[in-house]
Amino acid sequence: MALADTPQQRLADMPAPSSWLARLTPLGLALIVPGLLLIFWHVATARRWTRLIPTPYETAEYMVDFVFGGIYNDAFSATAHIHLLASMSRVYGGFGLAMLAALPLGLLIGRIPLARLTLDPFFQLMRPIPVTAWLPLSMILFGLGARSAFALVFLGAFFPILLNTIFGVKNVDPKLFEAASMLGCKGNAQFFRVVLPAALPSIFTGLRLGLGLAWFVIVVGEMTGVPQGLGAVIMDGRTLSRTELVICGMIIIGVAGFISDRIVVAIGNRLLRWSPNHHG
Amino acid sequence: MAEPTIPIIEIRNVTKTFQLQGQTIHALKDASLSIRKGEFVTLIGASGCGKSTLLRIIAGFEKPSEGEALMWGKPISEPEPQRGMVFQDYALFPWLSVRDNIAFGPTSRGVPKVQARDTVERFVDMVGLGRFADAYPHQLSGGMRQRVAIARVLANDAEVVLMDEPFGALDAMTRERLQEELLDIWARTNLTVVFVTHAIEEAIFLADRVVVMTPGPGRIESDNPMLLARPRDIASPEFNDIRRALSGKLHSHHGKKAA
Ligand SMILES: Nc1ncnc2c1ncn2[C@@H]1O[C@H](COP(=O)(O)OP(=O)(O)OP(=O)(O)O)[C@@H](O)[C@H]1O
Ligand SMILES: [Mg+2]
Repeated sequence: MALADTPQQRLADMPAPSSWLARLTPLGLALIVPGLLLIFWHVATARRWTRLIPTPYETAEYMVDFVFGGIYNDAFSATAHIHLLASMSRVYGGFGLAMLAALPLGLLIGRIPLARLTLDPFFQLMRPIPVTAWLPLSMILFGLGARSAFALVFLGAFFPILLNTIFGVKNVDPKLFEAASMLGCKGNAQFFRVVLPAALPSIFTGLRLGLGLAWFVIVVGEMTGVPQGLGAVIMDGRTLSRTELVICGMIIIGVAGFISDRIVVAIGNRLLRWSPNHHG
Repeated sequence: MAEPTIPIIEIRNVTKTFQLQGQTIHALKDASLSIRKGEFVTLIGASGCGKSTLLRIIAGFEKPSEGEALMWGKPISEPEPQRGMVFQDYALFPWLSVRDNIAFGPTSRGVPKVQARDTVERFVDMVGLGRFADAYPHQLSGGMRQRVAIARVLANDAEVVLMDEPFGALDAMTRERLQEELLDIWARTNLTVVFVTHAIEEAIFLADRVVVMTPGPGRIESDNPMLLARPRDIASPEFNDIRRALSGKLHSHHGKKAA
């Protein structure tokens, strides 16, 4: 705010005649690749290079039916929201639980040497195991169904949050602790006034990665005999040879994951206005 | 003030050793120095002669290996708001605005909100950052950041301000302005300043006393009162004479080493 008072800043803030163009350009650039892909898809299916994949138009029609119904009226008509909600509840539920577990653990491991010595080697050993490798074990432990999917999402989101929190807490500039103590902020008070805000950018990176991974894992998790969920839709589509259903499920996951990432980024930009690396 | 004989800061025969890769490094050997309230003392010397170590001992960040460091006759055991440190690389809290950085000390010490706000505004104005009070450190120039760092310790009622090459990273013009502003603040308040620098001119321009240190092991070579009237003219012949004399003292240890 104060900075906007400088004359140069004022000039830069002035709405130039071509500002709407400047704003549209990135959008236009971003749409080039998807547009080309769509054209290729259209050409490939219209010319019957492949018969395994429906045309973009057919897929769009299925999508409308999947979301609103009224075209085919089969078992999947107008059910998109049910599957989306089922997946979202697992993604955000698992993610939320992972956050509740990973944040305090990360703060503990990052701050307390004893906790680091006890827990860090264990987590470092567990970390390289891909989430998908947990699938059989989680099916054995939690059975076929929603709980298994939930557990996988939890595992997927847990490690990025944990590791980035540890990293953020361990890498606070030591000068800041000296500055705080010479200003009269000592001991545990430093945790809230120095450690937490200093680690926030790193913690946010962890949350963003964790949420991305949660969306990534949900499909695998829902392939284990869950009746509802976008992963289940994709699996059903494959079993029933309904490729358009597979593609519709993929598109919805992509869009939902994208929107949820944008929301996290927007929150981050707001909370981390102060950070030169997080431009708001 | 009440007892003019007691120095505000006293260093008595302080030795500081560090263990580094199995070697013992004498950062400071048998250093003694006493500083009276209101004095402006500069520490000057070659790299590695223990200037920062001495300053950090006064601040309470380090403990002497031998000897003692006292403030008003009492041993310094930990960092305290009475002794504010201004670091070369600012060490501002990047997540706090200029105003909140300056308010950090008072709020940490539980100063009532209304009173803290008045104090903060006063010091924001004192260092001329009124227009930038809501800006974050990364939006400021180096000179402005160092002003915030100075205001931050002043707003916290520091009696002694410890400065470790505070203007070392700034361009010449900004440095000169900040030197004058610092002298101005010092003249108007009852501050005691201990100021580490590499630059002889800066040391002479600012100080009541220039303490020359020599390395290997770090020792206090001499303590030189500066009697030139203020404001001082860097271009004057008197200034030049002092510079030459100090320069000789600074480099005297090279001869000793060779012998
Ligand atoms: N924490 C430490 N561990 C090991 N050695 C140290 C430590 N701090 C300082 N030293 C050593 O003590 C000596 C004095 O260091 P100090 O930083 O006080 O010098 P200085 O006069 O401030 O130098 P400069 O002008 O380069 O800042 C150096 O040899 C340095 O390597
Ligand atoms: Mg130093």
